[in-house]
Amino acid sequence: MLHTFVALVDDKPGVLTRVASLFRRLSINIVSLTVGESERSDASRMTIVCEAPENAAHRIRASLYKLETTIHVDEVNRAEAVVRELCLIKVAAGPQHPHGVHSRSQIFELATVFRARIVDLAPESVMLEMTGSASKIEGLLQVLRETGYDVLEVSRTGRMAMRRGLHTSRVLKALGTKADSSPLNEPTTDILDLDPDALPEDDKLPTEFD
Amino acid sequence: MSTHPTLTGSEILWATLAGEGTTTVFGYPGGAILPIYDALRKFPSIHHVLVRHEQGASHMADGYARASGKVGVCMATSGPGATNLVTGLATAMLDSIPMVAITGQVSSKVLGSDAFQEVDITGITLPITKHNFLVTKAEDIAPTVRLAFQIARSGRPGPVLVDITKDAQQASAVFDFDMSKPKPYRPHPMLSAEDTSIREALALVKAAKRPVILAGHGIVESGAQREVIQFAETLQIPIASTLLGLGAIPAAHPLQLGMMGMHGESWVNNAIQQADLLLAFGMRFDDRVTGNLAHYSPNSKKIHVEIDPSEVNKNVRADVALIGDLKEVLNLLFPLMTAEIGELKADHIAWIKEINASKGTAAVRDIINLPDNGHLYAAHVIHDIWREAQAAGRLEQTIIVTDVGQHQMWEAQYFKHEAPRSLVTSGGLGTMGFALPAAIGAQMACPEKDVWVIAGDGGFQMTASELSTIVQEQLPINVAVINNGFLGMVRQWQETFYDKNYSASPILSPDFVMLANAHGIDATNVSQRADVTPTVTKARTSGKPFLINFAVEKEDGVYPMIAPGAALHEMVRRPVHDPLLETAEDE
Repeated sequence: MLHTFVALVDDKPGVLTRVASLFRRLSINIVSLTVGESERSDASRMTIVCEAPENAAHRIRASLYKLETTIHVDEVNRAEAVVRELCLIKVAAGPQHPHGVHSRSQIFELATVFRARIVDLAPESVMLEMTGSASKIEGLLQVLRETGYDVLEVSRTGRMAMRRGLHTSRVLKALGTKADSSPLNEPTTDILDLDPDALPEDDKLPTEFD
Repeated sequence: MSTHPTLTGSEILWATLAGEGTTTVFGYPGGAILPIYDALRKFPSIHHVLVRHEQGASHMADGYARASGKVGVCMATSGPGATNLVTGLATAMLDSIPMVAITGQVSSKVLGSDAFQEVDITGITLPITKHNFLVTKAEDIAPTVRLAFQIARSGRPGPVLVDITKDAQQASAVFDFDMSKPKPYRPHPMLSAEDTSIREALALVKAAKRPVILAGHGIVESGAQREVIQFAETLQIPIASTLLGLGAIPAAHPLQLGMMGMHGESWVNNAIQQADLLLAFGMRFDDRVTGNLAHYSPNSKKIHVEIDPSEVNKNVRADVALIGDLKEVLNLLFPLMTAEIGELKADHIAWIKEINASKGTAAVRDIINLPDNGHLYAAHVIHDIWREAQAAGRLEQTIIVTDVGQHQMWEAQYFKHEAPRSLVTSGGLGTMGFALPAAIGAQMACPEKDVWVIAGDGGFQMTASELSTIVQEQLPINVAVINNGFLGMVRQWQETFYDKNYSASPILSPDFVMLANAHGIDATNVSQRADVTPTVTKARTSGKPFLINFAVEKEDGVYPMIAPGAALHEMVRRPVHDPLLETAEDE
């Protein structure tokens, strides 16, 4: 299944490698990983989507916490969070292309329906920008392809996630939201709250070693 | 208030190490770390031990940390110097040993250009260190090194590497030790009596009639010996130890059953299999102690007290996980259960009697019970080293440092450790060549103790060059080479699982006595049981390094043994018709 983790990590060189290397070592494929600035000046925010067994979530979260550069890790699911992705799509739309000169107006219509924006118009192509859930983006791409448009380039950011409502974990509460307000002696993980559903089933455990 | 001096990066490094309490550094100089070595003479409080190979430096720092509980420090130059530390860092990582490794690095101006002796050591050591740093500015050295010490010793300890570029070593900066102190932190929130997990743990303990404590290395690292013994004694719960947990609970303690796992005693493993509650104290259910997980202690509830959350539910599913420092958790748990102790004890005492009754048949097959028949067995050598130390009243003042293989398991079975930190051994990584350098570290940390190296003829040859270091430092280390002409553990597996195809396991050795003598070390051969104890006494009391080459039975095996994939109770016992035993009876 797909897991989505939101991690606050130190904004320092090499941190991305440490996070990525951890998934490599656990032999878990990263579906998408976005990194950018957060509300804290000293921390980057990562949204990591990975394909892993249901019971792997605890292990991944605990392993992320083991990295000295990790400040906070949260696993979010679709129901409780807003999950968005940004996508740029370049479509061939010149006189020589399948839908000819009419192609542009049809693309504009599609864009309106999908709430995408036209961000670049060139003699031979049109660029669309779209923000939304992954399924909506895939919907637009599917329509474009099935209608016979030549999709030249696609660039997707991967998912970004944020919990809905006022949600603050005990760690973030302890740290405060500003970098300079970090108090001393506060716990740096909330991994104590073991989710019983995240425990592995006995039959999923490895059974043999050399 | 004195004003803060401006020092070079190299001076700052030594001053910071000294400030963190470092008195001994194991290292080897080279181009990219020359400025640091140049500044060494200004810091007479730090003793630098020149090693013969950087791997030795890393094992020495490791042995120093294991014997003393302090952070071990090793040092190497860039490139090959740094890569030679890798095995030692991985060894420390797998066994959670607090260590700081300092490496020189090429100047920051040429980083990433494949300059002479440049290697991306922070990249290489990423998965085998708890954390690592690349420092390119003199002003960052003090805070980084102080943080490295904090990381190395906090939470679940581990090795930290600090890579310092040559220009950072040469540049100057203001040195302020106190201002460089890292922000202290707690790795985990404190558990409290109100936590669900504590309440659940109490309920499980109260319901248990056949509990077993699994005593791991965490007891030593947490300093929780007293708490665990109090817990076990008050509730009358028997204790099984992991390899790295040996010594944490004295072997002579009536509740101590012995070592569990692949080469553990049968009654210990059977007790774990038949238990209805396992209290895992600072251990991580390594595959060498569980056997086949699908059949591991099938009817027991598990309470896992562990400082590293990623170890919980990794191999064995915990019914209750108590995340935190073992000592703190036990101090919280213990008073909460004092009310029902009387009721619990009766059941537990019956359980202990049952376990003790099952010991009977095990002793019969024990090679240690053979009369002296002219053959020398490794078990005898180790037993006699133990007995000699005990007779001399030096048992708690003895540190045994083992290598890896058969002799390591025999040591664990036959040397009865009574004190924490009295056994130094590479458990997780199983690093051959560990013993000799680690013993140097242990002896440097504890000059008043009797340090014994117990190594096989294979592993000893891996790092035998450190004999020079022993002489150079005038350390009275005793070396027992258990020489059977084979890579014994490999041979035993080949005998058992590969149809006695002894592929590459017979090993030629030099004359170890001459080798020792060439280093100026006294040495002797022993091949008769009767000679063991007098020679051991001679070595121990000589006040100088001493090597004994014990020519032992060539094809002896470690028993009991659990085959890979077998369950913990499916032990292979020493065959009743073992040719070794039969030879013994014939004569």
